[in-house]
Amino acid sequence: MVATQVLPFAMVILILFGLALDADSRTLRDLAPGLFWVATLFASVLAIQRSVAVETVSSTFEALRLSGAPAWKLFAGKALAVALQLLAIEAVLALGIIVLYRSSFEDPVLVVTAALAATVAIASAGSLYGVLAVGMGVRDTILPMLLLPIMMPVLVGATRAFGDGLGTAALDGWTWTGLLALLAVIYATAGALAYAVVIEDT
Amino acid sequence: MSTTLTRPSSTASEADVASTGSKLTRVLGIASLVGLAVLLLLAFVFTEPDQRVFDRGLDLEPLLTGQGDAVRLLYVHFPVAMVTYTAFSLNAIGSIAVLWKKSMWWDNTAAAAAEVGVLFCGLTLATGSIWGRPIWNTWWKWGDVRLMTTTILFLIFVGYLAYRRTMTDSQVRAKRSAVVGLIGAINIPIVYKSVDWWQNRTLHQQSTLRDRAIEDLTLFSMIFGMVVFLVIFAWLMVHRFRIGWLEHQIETVGLEAAIAERRAQTSAAIEDAVTDSRASAGSGPPPKTGMN
Amino acid sequence: MKYAVEVHDAVVLLDRFPALAGLSLRLRTGTVTLVQGPNGAGKTTLLRMLAGLAPLEQGSAIVLGNDVATQQRQVRASVGLLSPQTMLYDDLTIAENLSFWTTLAGYGDVDMGAALERVSMAPFADQQVVTLSTGQRRRAAIAVVAIRRPRLWLLDEPHAGLDQAGRDIVDGLIADAVAAGATVVVASHELDRVRPLASHVATVAGGVVHAFETVGDPGLTVDDDAGGGADSA
Repeated sequence: MVATQVLPFAMVILILFGLALDADSRTLRDLAPGLFWVATLFASVLAIQRSVAVETVSSTFEALRLSGAPAWKLFAGKALAVALQLLAIEAVLALGIIVLYRSSFEDPVLVVTAALAATVAIASAGSLYGVLAVGMGVRDTILPMLLLPIMMPVLVGATRAFGDGLGTAALDGWTWTGLLALLAVIYATAGALAYAVVIEDT
Repeated sequence: MSTTLTRPSSTASEADVASTGSKLTRVLGIASLVGLAVLLLLAFVFTEPDQRVFDRGLDLEPLLTGQGDAVRLLYVHFPVAMVTYTAFSLNAIGSIAVLWKKSMWWDNTAAAAAEVGVLFCGLTLATGSIWGRPIWNTWWKWGDVRLMTTTILFLIFVGYLAYRRTMTDSQVRAKRSAVVGLIGAINIPIVYKSVDWWQNRTLHQQSTLRDRAIEDLTLFSMIFGMVVFLVIFAWLMVHRFRIGWLEHQIETVGLEAAIAERRAQTSAAIEDAVTDSRASAGSGPPPKTGMN
Repeated sequence: MKYAVEVHDAVVLLDRFPALAGLSLRLRTGTVTLVQGPNGAGKTTLLRMLAGLAPLEQGSAIVLGNDVATQQRQVRASVGLLSPQTMLYDDLTIAENLSFWTTLAGYGDVDMGAALERVSMAPFADQQVVTLSTGQRRRAAIAVVAIRRPRLWLLDEPHAGLDQAGRDIVDGLIADAVAAGATVVVASHELDRVRPLASHVATVAGGVVHAFETVGDPGLTVDDDAGGGADSA
């Protein structure tokens, strides 16, 4: 599942970046926040695609609609599942950047808070777009095209917050974390509301 | 320019042609062409290049600064950017209307606005880039707030159009793309703000209209340019909307035909089914049949 | 409620194809209706529409007092649809599936053991669905539907893939459902098997009901006013 497929993928991205950039360790340290979050975003696309695909195999998506459960509960379930997977991936990636890029966690509280907020935002937006990208006549290959441009503020915010938290940039990470929290709230709300639109019809 | 479609009609003698052209579009079209011609003349012939003399005092040579001829591009870039934002705003309004009132008319408008918007957004980025090369010495400047926002906007709506293409059921497509369009729209101020904080500066010119150094003809050309491009926008929108509306009508007409065809399906097959059921029932009360 | 199902001129589109093309049907509560017809007639779509899964392009449908167009959630919660797909998570066990689906539907106390016993799947409760045979999965799917005790049973080819014992189980469940006052609709090609159980037979072809007859032995509860029928014109 996650452990055997998506996690190694995320690690491979980190390693590939290291190879491709051919940089000294100082540069890699500076780049670590950005690389961390790019790897996380790519992994999130995979995780969301899987979370959506699992419902199409035995028509369990239909069964979910049939259950009569309110749409926001279905959304919360999906988003939470994706969020937990992402947190697991991020934990491993954190180890990865410590080992591969010599990062050090100057402000762990900031780093963890920012990561939580960003993860909720990514999982919420991703779950919403995931369910939009499934169903009659829609292909889930459209998912990255829809999701990633929207994730741009999350990427900017998370990398800046990590820059402060990992001590590689002189920024106010907490302001950025505030932005991430706002995005998390926006996408969680939008997802819960919009899920009903999708669940109602095919 | 107009698109013609032949509506299916029973009378072969009368060629019933549905066209997206009309008096309105002809007026808009001519106004657009004339306006564009005048604008180009203004932009490239009648206005002066932006030459400013910076007096460094003492006995140093005065410095020639200003954008030179590159400023001419702004007569196109600025209005085209305005149209882009107008188009995407229209899409946002349409998306809300679709979700709230379930209106197919608004869905059609939103789709037309998105297409025209993507076109103008591309133009904005292109003209901006061409302008930027001599001014900023680069084709692309990371961290410039408006450039970043416009690029993300472009990507979001290219995705929106691609997404619309994946669905054939018009009701489902209307609702779902409205969701995608709205989320795209609410993202824009967020993107703008986050890039603004990120770089805390912009290489973009500050509001040109408030600059005292702009002389009358330049100001007039700017405003005239906006008007011309809004007319072009209206012209394109009317055509594109009508194409979409005609497609919608074809679907409706096609549906009636398809229903009739479906109902007429294989009466032989029905006969078989009824015979089967009679056979397995053996003796019994005569079946009461109600025909649709 | 006299009529469990009332459909008027329903049109349902599958990707612009009118699977149902103006179908009308009325089914009385407590009856068993066999829906027969050639392949592609629209039987599956009819059942899905009654379950609230397929939106109506035109026409109306009232299922158990709920309007399919505006009260989808209530409709879905009150029916039990057995479809050709299993609707179970492959990587979960039967017991886990049962638990998940009942919790999601909001059923607190359910006797999973009894439900599994009913379909003779109790020994397999802790086996992953992916390891089961088609017939076994079918039985598990039946258990998930039965455990909800729906007021309207929509069974799409319920006997398909089952052995003799399994088929007897299905017949038994239909009888139990009717005894409990529920209404049953069975779409099937196994006319010999289902006709004896049914009180009515609807023949569907070309997206509409072409014939609706009252059958079965007078022992089944059928009024003199012969139940629902396909409305003409």
